[in-house]
Amino acid sequence: MKTAVVTFPGSNCDRDMWVALRDVSGRDPVKVWHGDADLPEGLDFIALPGGFSYGDYLRSGAMAANSPIMRSVIAAAERGVPVLGVCNGFQVLTEARLLPGALMRNAGQTFICRTVPLVVENADSVFTSAYAAGETIRIPVAHHDGNYFADDATLDRLEGEGRVAFRYGEDVNGSQRRIAGVLNAAGNVLGMMPHPERAIEDAQGGSDGRRLFESVLGVLASG
Amino acid sequence: MKVRIHVSLKPGVLDPQGRAVHHALEGLGFAGVADVRIGRLIELEVADDTTDAALAEMCEKLLANTVIENYAIEKVA
Repeated sequence: MKTAVVTFPGSNCDRDMWVALRDVSGRDPVKVWHGDADLPEGLDFIALPGGFSYGDYLRSGAMAANSPIMRSVIAAAERGVPVLGVCNGFQVLTEARLLPGALMRNAGQTFICRTVPLVVENADSVFTSAYAAGETIRIPVAHHDGNYFADDATLDRLEGEGRVAFRYGEDVNGSQRRIAGVLNAAGNVLGMMPHPERAIEDAQGGSDGRRLFESVLGVLASG
Repeated sequence: MKVRIHVSLKPGVLDPQGRAVHHALEGLGFAGVADVRIGRLIELEVADDTTDAALAEMCEKLLANTVIENYAIEKVA
């Protein structure tokens, strides 16, 4: 299982993501820099971490979406390699048009940093197969721009195609239909505002995020 | 050539910042403000032979997020 974490200038959750991937896969993830032209060969999984890439200049994720490495990430996603974007990584994926919609300023204008309830809406995806559909899990959020927006036709399509992976169990940031995480049409790209990499062992206050990595890395816990 | 790109939120997209500023204006005693929408002004200095198509492409690819924003291109001089 060969995984990679992409670091942009201003990423700050890249190490947490790296540790989560290492713990679950048992193998050191490759560290990739935004200015690299190419990804390593034979990757099984790519993670875009949280943070404030390029200082959130212009719009959150807008600059990173156009950085050199993203051409390779987009190509890998189109080949079917699973790509996870968390928080700023989600913003990057929408700006790169790998996912529909946009992440706007939180409705309440404040930075929100707390653990929230998430409902697993789709437990059939490569990222969520270790969860039960309808299950409520608890995962931390930490964001200022997490207010998911898409037009009604897009939202209806996402719902109809089972592409809403996670929904907030309560109104957190004003997101349309409380959407917390969405999948691309092929199901191999997931963007989500909550941080599963911050919930992989009980010492972090909860381990509900671990099963996401176990799902996508194919090493389901024995119990 | 100087070009101003005006980026604004599409109608129907909620603008929490605008709402907060609207509220603040009312708090300062300014009556009769019906709505506040906050956008962005980007000034470019470009070669005189830059085409309209190239300017539009800059907006589409980077300067505006057309999922939520409209843009208007103004050539100043």
